[in-house]
Amino acid sequence: MENLTLNDAPPPSSPQRQPNQSNAVLPGVPQQQGPPQLPPQMFTTAAQLLDLTDKKLLLVLRDGRKIFGILRSWDQFANLVLTDTRERYLVSIPAGTSPDAISATASKDAPSLSANTSLSTSTLPRNLYCDIPRGTYLVRGENVLLLGEVDLDKDDDPPPGYELGDVEEVFRLQHAIDLEKKRKDKIRARKVGQLWGGELEGSGEVLY
Amino acid sequence: MLFFSFFKTLTQQTVTVELKNDISIRGTLKSVDQYLNIKLDDIVVLDELKYPHLSSVKNIFIRGSVVRYVHLPPDKVDRGLLEDACRREAMAQKGKAA
Repeated sequence: MENLTLNDAPPPSSPQRQPNQSNAVLPGVPQQQGPPQLPPQMFTTAAQLLDLTDKKLLLVLRDGRKIFGILRSWDQFANLVLTDTRERYLVSIPAGTSPDAISATASKDAPSLSANTSLSTSTLPRNLYCDIPRGTYLVRGENVLLLGEVDLDKDDDPPPGYELGDVEEVFRLQHAIDLEKKRKDKIRARKVGQLWGGELEGSGEVLY
Repeated sequence: MLFFSFFKTLTQQTVTVELKNDISIRGTLKSVDQYLNIKLDDIVVLDELKYPHLSSVKNIFIRGSVVRYVHLPPDKVDRGLLEDACRREAMAQKGKAA
């Protein structure tokens, strides 16, 4: 692969470029006040991902998963390898709902799960999060939503409005929410199917 | 390649990117590539309470395929120029095909 760095000097041809002849497709575009005429290798996937390599990142996937990890390798499709990953679960419990109520809807399949819930029937909304270590991930690019560089100063702060919850509890709640969502999506898909006389195009490409 | 070039002229501008999962993220456009993957700096999530997971994130890489809209500052968009460039590209395509 081409050996790119962001600090490379632009290729020998570009320094001679006239300052106002800035673009081949949009000629005559006035020079931006920002960095003058960035070298073309700035505008490649490789350059964009290169300065994220070996840094702690937040990866958000198309299915809504949030994964913190260190980016080790990638390619032009944004296929990624992350090591030392932790998956973050964030759950909101609306006011007036007990955690049992949420899991109760899903508990037909797993009644034993809700049995150990002895927590208060809270009336305040509660927001909980937890992290679960997941090891190494290789992610196919099409499933990537975004990659964020984690500000290490704020890394240890909990997300605003959220408190660290018990791993078991948060995981169980998330599972219950997922099941409920799946159930609703299924109903909706069936109704849409009836209306359209077939599955709606693009329904496989759902983003969370 | 027109929009790739177009976005390149908009680097350093503040833009709002709306994703297909309804998150809107405002930030400084740092870079764009041929797939219209976007890098934003100093980001703010518009509905932070609903999407709390980006609170510790300062700059992000967004995969082009998940972008729904990019909101641009209107005064930085030269529509005439864009129309011209579009026609010129269409002409070039036609010339190539013939």
